[in-house]
Amino acid sequence: MELAFYLSGLAAVLATLGVIANPNPVHGVLYLVVSLLAVALVFFTLGAPFAGALEIIVYAGAIMVLFVFVVMMLNLGQAAAEQERLWLQPRTWIGPSLLAAVLLLTLISLLWRDDIQRVIEGGELTAKGAGTLLYGPWLLLVELGALLLLAALVTASHVGRTVPVAAPKPAARDMPTGDADQPQPPQQPARGESSSPAGKEVL
Amino acid sequence: MMDWGIFSPTVIDALVAMLQAVAILLVAVLVSALLTVVERRLLGLWQDRYGPNRVGPFGSLQLVADMIKIFFKEDWIPPFADRTLFVLAPAIAMASLLLSFLIIPFTPTLGVADWNIGLLFFLAMGGINVYSVLLGGWSSGNKYALIGAMRSSAQTISYEVFMGLSLMGVVAMAGSFNMREIVSAQEGLWFVIPQFLGFCNFLIAGFAVTHRHPFDQPEAEQELADGYHIEYSSMKFGMFFIGEYVGMLLVSSLIVTLFFGGWQGPLLPPIVWFVLKTSVFLMLFILVRAALPRPRYDRVMTFGWIVCLPLTLLNLLVTGAVILLTA
Repeated sequence: MELAFYLSGLAAVLATLGVIANPNPVHGVLYLVVSLLAVALVFFTLGAPFAGALEIIVYAGAIMVLFVFVVMMLNLGQAAAEQERLWLQPRTWIGPSLLAAVLLLTLISLLWRDDIQRVIEGGELTAKGAGTLLYGPWLLLVELGALLLLAALVTASHVGRTVPVAAPKPAARDMPTGDADQPQPPQQPARGESSSPAGKEVL
Repeated sequence: MMDWGIFSPTVIDALVAMLQAVAILLVAVLVSALLTVVERRLLGLWQDRYGPNRVGPFGSLQLVADMIKIFFKEDWIPPFADRTLFVLAPAIAMASLLLSFLIIPFTPTLGVADWNIGLLFFLAMGGINVYSVLLGGWSSGNKYALIGAMRSSAQTISYEVFMGLSLMGVVAMAGSFNMREIVSAQEGLWFVIPQFLGFCNFLIAGFAVTHRHPFDQPEAEQELADGYHIEYSSMKFGMFFIGEYVGMLLVSSLIVTLFFGGWQGPLLPPIVWFVLKTSVFLMLFILVRAALPRPRYDRVMTFGWIVCLPLTLLNLLVTGAVILLTA
């Protein structure tokens, strides 16, 4: 188990480096997926299979899909990769990396000197155990998280609502259905005139 | 004292487990491949035509002919494609679904893994499976493929929400995510009766997640010219193609395990019951394809969010209330 822990930890670190260093955005997002899978394995080795499974389902399976989705829609081509390469010059990253390396060394040396047992292990926390913990001592946090998500849900449904467009002209009849492939009616007014209802629909 | 050599009981147990896993893998792939022919023959039967009946007796060797053909096609990668992802996508499609067979208990003794998080593992692999279509569509560098991938990811994410939730009623009644415990909890009564709404929703979500007919928006021959795998050829296309049937087989065996008592049944041995029940649902998949038209894409999405999700939540609420009251 200890070996598995260190191996998946190493994979997570390398994959995260790949996210930062890769010039191609889609490949970078995929490295992030690998990193999340590795973190899920870390959870497994620490005896929390429930958390590990949820990590894969929620992060790798749902949230990252949305990331990939958006990155694909942006259609960043070769030009974006070139720009990324330009930005990733050694003189850009070497200063922060040196400073971060100092912090990392401090952290490692502190951990090294500690006298407590450094053994990677943990009793298995089952789904039922996680449930009783969440709805027992941590109930307040669960409720707060639920409130936060509810706020996000209300915001999203407000932002994404369809604005009812008043139809002063017969040409606007087809507008609210949002069918892009509908043939334009012949009595469509000139471009300048129609811009106000159509523009509202887009916004 | 017997000298076991290297074949101590532990090693033999491990070998048996490995052989079992390999056998399950091979059978799953083989059955999925056979299903392609079965489907074409059955569609022919239901649509008053012959279907493939020339190769071998009753067309039974059609599969061999198809395999030979697909193996010897040129394996072409478009120059405008993203090579790494283009090759990776069909592998993800096949592997994530085949891995899910790990958790299915075929008989009391046959089955690969006996995990406490069994059902969650299937949901996790279903989540990973989305990437195959998404990456395949994007890396092809083709707009029809991209539209197919877009539709697929939106559809799968929407339907996965209530796919997971529809199974939670079963989990709550069995008190475990472990598949074997879920099967043994159905000894008196199959879960399809108390969890009928959950069953309906899982069936619909299963169709959507495997992109089978009423939900085959990502492929949609008539409008998208085959969608996300339009640029694929040879065995890479074959993996997408067989992957769909692996998905069918997986969802059918999950339905049997979760709602229809798994291997349980009178008289006949467990494996026969499992195969019989699974075959019924495979036939259902094919019959639905023969019978139903494809709805418009936005209606599929609306149906998922407006009809299925509230029904699933209602089912979960009632199940929870009943369990609390009877406990």
